[in-house]
Amino acid sequence: MRFYEYESRQIVQRSGIPVSPHGFATTPLEARRAAEEIGGPTVIKSQVLTGGRMKAGGVQFADTPADAERLAAQVLALEIGGHMPRGVLVDSRAAVKQEYYAGVTWDGTRKQPVMIFSDEGGIDIEDVANVGRRHLSTLRDPSDFEAKELIASVGVTGRALTRLTPIVARLARLFAEHDMTLAEINPLAELEDGSFVALDAHMDMENEARPRQKALLDALGVRDEETRQAREATAFELAGEAVDATDHRGVAGNVTEFDGDLGLVIGAGGGSLTLFDAVRAHGGKPANYCEIGGNPSVAKTCGLAKLVLQKPGVEKIAVMMSIVSNTRVDIVARGVIKACLELGHDPAEKIAIFRIPGAWEEEGFKILERYGVPYADRSVSLDEAARRAAA
Amino acid sequence: MSILIDADTTFIVQGITGREAVNLTRECLDYGAGAKVVGGVTPGRLGRDVHGVPVFDTVAQAVSHHGGPIDGSVVTVPPAFTKDAVFESITNGIRLVVIVTERIPRRDVAQMVELASAHGARIIGPNCLGIIVPDVIKMGGIGGPARDAAKAYTPGPVGVISRSGGMTTEMSSTLSAAGLGQSTAVSIGGDAIIGSTYAELMPLFEADEQTKAIVIYTEPGGRMEAQLAAYGPALPVVAFMAGRFMDEMPGMSFGHAGTIVEGKEDTATEKIARLQAAGIAIAERIEDIPDLVRQAIGAPA
Repeated sequence: MRFYEYESRQIVQRSGIPVSPHGFATTPLEARRAAEEIGGPTVIKSQVLTGGRMKAGGVQFADTPADAERLAAQVLALEIGGHMPRGVLVDSRAAVKQEYYAGVTWDGTRKQPVMIFSDEGGIDIEDVANVGRRHLSTLRDPSDFEAKELIASVGVTGRALTRLTPIVARLARLFAEHDMTLAEINPLAELEDGSFVALDAHMDMENEARPRQKALLDALGVRDEETRQAREATAFELAGEAVDATDHRGVAGNVTEFDGDLGLVIGAGGGSLTLFDAVRAHGGKPANYCEIGGNPSVAKTCGLAKLVLQKPGVEKIAVMMSIVSNTRVDIVARGVIKACLELGHDPAEKIAIFRIPGAWEEEGFKILERYGVPYADRSVSLDEAARRAAA
Repeated sequence: MSILIDADTTFIVQGITGREAVNLTRECLDYGAGAKVVGGVTPGRLGRDVHGVPVFDTVAQAVSHHGGPIDGSVVTVPPAFTKDAVFESITNGIRLVVIVTERIPRRDVAQMVELASAHGARIIGPNCLGIIVPDVIKMGGIGGPARDAAKAYTPGPVGVISRSGGMTTEMSSTLSAAGLGQSTAVSIGGDAIIGSTYAELMPLFEADEQTKAIVIYTEPGGRMEAQLAAYGPALPVVAFMAGRFMDEMPGMSFGHAGTIVEGKEDTATEKIARLQAAGIAIAERIEDIPDLVRQAIGAPA
């Protein structure tokens, strides 16, 4: 999950890393007050979870508090990449002597975190030549000397080395402590007055760690229902989550909305990905993506099928999975037939195809036959099933 | 032969009294020659049994009861307790840990992997269904109940490695129907960091005389396919790539925790290009896999 810039600043600050004077504002008046408190010229930055702020006009430079108020009103009303801002960050414009880059992320191949440091900051780290990298053990806390060795490896010495070392070490420790997937300070700046501060920060935390990071999330005011994915969940997707939450057994959810007319009740993880590709390859227009797996109950499967069937524009549903070994074919069959019947539909009409082979398939196929639902066993491939669904 | 496990492999099930673990234990005992499940661990349940398998409070008790080292463990405990369970099994001399549990934070996985590598142990998973050697043994829920597993898996020359548990069975079933059996099939898990990647399992398959070709199931997200391409497998490899639609939806996670396009390098398009450049054949559909395998090993169609 992603954090807004103003939250990332708080996270950095909480771990003892100095940040430039700033304020968060949701109204133009609040922005003015923040600018007054900071004193001097400020930058007004849109708080959106998407890139391209600068290009879109979401970053404005104000000379006076009155300017800050006027520009904040502009930025607060500006939609960027389909996102309305959560607010604006009012930041001081400090005189910078030297910019650095410091980041920590996962190296999936080495299976360890890697600290990255450069004496060129403020730009994309991919475009920087003089970059140092150092992997970290996960079995002990990152130590100051590891940060020191990294910083020294790019040729930084003297006072800058001794001042930067604790900042980079704290960044590495907060990455570990808070289950981050990215913790980045860019730029990390030495100001003309000789102080070292984080001028911008970017934090991403792992979704799986949300339960154990509740204290941090509460402190930042992040609510449980904020998914913080690339885009916020739609009402249809939230309804899918609600279906999945009805009981703890199995999965019938992970719904993503699309704008086609073919409803999909598909699974499991890999099967859903394969089937979604196949439906599209055959010219089908999916109304949704979803996943069934881990043997969900009849009620839960029925709930998911009903949700998809009731989506405006959905003509038919296709019920398809890769061969199941845990999820039961008969239970899914009962669930989707029940959904059709409860909504007053003929299952034979509404279900374009049922292709789920595997555990309890004989029982499942019997039920499907009774209701005249077209079904297929494992001799019909996922691709062929998708072709029939899209036809 | 096979990789990782064979008919003599002994293992325990950690979290054995859980609903899914009870089923999994039954399936493993029933399949092939019958797995040597020498114990189960659930704290506080010492003295019970699950389908005749004795339950212990600690891994140390299970090892002591067995009277010698135990080869493996299938870990099914909830995500908050998985790391501790895996540390316990590794510390008690277990060398092969299959982690079924999903939704484990990445840091915990990395810690388990680091401890395992310090002890010369191997982790498969997390978020996986385990390992199967057709007609011989299965370790984990892979393939489901014995009679279902027997429908999909048959012995033969193809090694299967898959990021999706269900697709391991779908692909193996397709191979079996075409007369191509499997030497060993491994569900490696769908998380961002996993214990054993394609490239890390490849040397084992290459050392196995029975294995003539490898089939892999891949997805967008991560660098595992790039790692395989860089490794340059000595055996012919056929790959199937699911989730091509995700290239249009960066930052959205589908299917598995690790399946998210975070950069250009982990798109389906980029991975396909890398795999092809390394001489790996890409199957457009699952049903195209058997012919590609036959071509790769020079067998008649």
